[in-house]
Amino acid sequence: MTTRAPGAIDVYRQDFRDQKPAPKWLQSLREHGFARFEALGFPTTKNEDWHFTSVSPIAEQSFQLASTGGQIDDRRESSRRKADVLGPLGVRPADVDRFGFGEPGWHTLVFVNGMYSPDLSTSSGAVVAGSLAHAIEAGNPIVERYLGRIANFDRHAFTALNTAFVRDGTLIEILPEAQIEQPIHLVFVSDGDCVSHPRNLIVAGRHSRASVVESYVSLRDSTYFTNAVTEIVVGEGAHLDHFKIQRESELAFHVGTVEAKQEANSQFHSFSFAVGGSLARTNIYTALDGDAATCTLNGLYLTDGSQHIDNQTSIEHIAPNCPSHEVYKGVLDGRSHGVFNGKVYVRPEAQKTDGKQSNNNLLLSPQARVDTKPQLEIFADDVKCTHGATVGRLDDVAMFYLNSRGIGSEGARTLLTYAFAADVLESIELAAVRESLEKAVLSRFSA
Amino acid sequence: MLEINDLHAGIGDREILRGISLRVNAGEVHAVMGPNGSGKSTLAQVLAGNPTYEVTGGGVKYNGQDLLEMDPEVRAQNGIFLAFQYPVEIPGVSNAYFLRSAYNEIRKANGQEEVDPLEFLDLVEEKLKLVDMDESMLSRSVNQGFSGGEKKRNEIFQMAVLAPRLAILDETDSGLDIDALRIVAEGVNKLRSPENATIVVTHYQRLLNYIVPDFVHVLANGRIVKSGGKELALELEEKGYDWLQNANPVAAGAGARA
Repeated sequence: MTTRAPGAIDVYRQDFRDQKPAPKWLQSLREHGFARFEALGFPTTKNEDWHFTSVSPIAEQSFQLASTGGQIDDRRESSRRKADVLGPLGVRPADVDRFGFGEPGWHTLVFVNGMYSPDLSTSSGAVVAGSLAHAIEAGNPIVERYLGRIANFDRHAFTALNTAFVRDGTLIEILPEAQIEQPIHLVFVSDGDCVSHPRNLIVAGRHSRASVVESYVSLRDSTYFTNAVTEIVVGEGAHLDHFKIQRESELAFHVGTVEAKQEANSQFHSFSFAVGGSLARTNIYTALDGDAATCTLNGLYLTDGSQHIDNQTSIEHIAPNCPSHEVYKGVLDGRSHGVFNGKVYVRPEAQKTDGKQSNNNLLLSPQARVDTKPQLEIFADDVKCTHGATVGRLDDVAMFYLNSRGIGSEGARTLLTYAFAADVLESIELAAVRESLEKAVLSRFSA
Repeated sequence: MLEINDLHAGIGDREILRGISLRVNAGEVHAVMGPNGSGKSTLAQVLAGNPTYEVTGGGVKYNGQDLLEMDPEVRAQNGIFLAFQYPVEIPGVSNAYFLRSAYNEIRKANGQEEVDPLEFLDLVEEKLKLVDMDESMLSRSVNQGFSGGEKKRNEIFQMAVLAPRLAILDETDSGLDIDALRIVAEGVNKLRSPENATIVVTHYQRLLNYIVPDFVHVLANGRIVKSGGKELALELEEKGYDWLQNANPVAAGAGARA
């Protein structure tokens, strides 16, 4: 139920108090989170990080805290789900399949309104990913060790709010040296008028390798609020490919934060694909905290109608000899509004930093708007950093060139727009994801 | 095939074509020559339907139809091809995909079945030889990173694949060395047939040593000031354009007199 409530924070406070008790350490973490959220309040556009995005549509509504979800009990997880099973909220396996990548063998964990749903999930081989709620209940020490230590809830109100409501999500623990061949797909299905706060923790042990895809989806148009946080530790020499695919309902609100900490010689490759939501914000933050760690933060956002999609990234060069590469592209149509804010900090110790950042935008309609703000802050003297941003429209000359070859305006527009967007998808190594996103982009631009 | 009648066109308030009349029949090659700014490229662009130019007077009939009423893609689907003076780079679109799309759009418009990528590859292989280009160019982005000569050869390659009825070559010789010029001209000559017509727009007579025109027209200040046979090009080479700059406009095209 959504009701207009002047005191939306009061509703969060009440829900916070009504939560089931948790182990002591978690209780304390939640309380810290809520205290910070109360102190910070919802960000306003006076906050530099939220200058182009007003969250008042989120702040002025009170959402019911999601409670319907997978049963958290001791039932053994079925390794093979049944097709006739009806999951929480009437979600069927087939509903979830269309958000998959058509690849057998992937580990797929499905969450309904933020809660793990074993009946909808499949996994094969050695299970490295499971429900966070289970891990908390089982007293897995890795959760206590890392949860809340990577994602900064001191400064970020939405992360603080998520921390106050930590309950379920995923724990992915990749043992040192482990090479996880099959990608892990986390599917967050939301519905109803609720708020959910999925929390994920990925700990990639030294010299391990894995790919994790997070999909945020909805089965129908409904207004809800997803406030997700993923914390990632990329251990020494580990390699993690991470994809965040945001395809929420066009009425939904989404704030998703991915925050990583990288140790020496680690590789973190992130791709953020954002097409859904009426108001959506994605934060991808990484800290290069060990010598010669590498990161790639790429992304594509496609907006239409009256959508507002904001992308914020931060690359913090703490250690020396770290290359970082970032390419974000946006295609904006209708009366939509896109935002890109990419920060690269180079600390005094981070000598020999090699940073490249670019953001390119294509406006398809006169009413579409984009605000782009690439930022470099360099405190070391021996570094190589470049950044740039462009905003353009479809090239008339290229349009005429295609027309003059027999390709009509609609086809030419599709072809040029697709070419602009697909360029950044080429960086995706995982073929199933790349091809699926290419298809999604093509169908979006084909009239 | 093509009948241009007192055509006026320009950009904004600036009139560039000030009454061009020209008739081109199937099987003919016409050269349109003239100094810079005379309007020759504008004529080529207007015929292809570039929306930057506004037609302010006169008319153009193409096979009996009103050409100016057709969108550029419809003109292409009806067999008109413009080889661009400055071919456009399109990052992210491969030559193969681009040209196959164009080929299939034209086939579709003419009630023919589309071809699949493999059939298309068979079809283009021999056309590539015609312009001495390697198959690897097909997977490169359209014109991106191409040298000037490669871009022009790519235009003729596209022309060979799309097999137009009326080809308009806009300064295809500019920026070409003599070897590339020969390749381009041979490509054009191989495509000449009694059913097709070609308009060669050029500043220099040089290209006409290789593509021998049936008629030569000289443009100055947006009008055709002189028309003649291929020997007119040689005369221009010798005397330059100055002696014609102030000449009176004429209705051109031997076809009109034939």
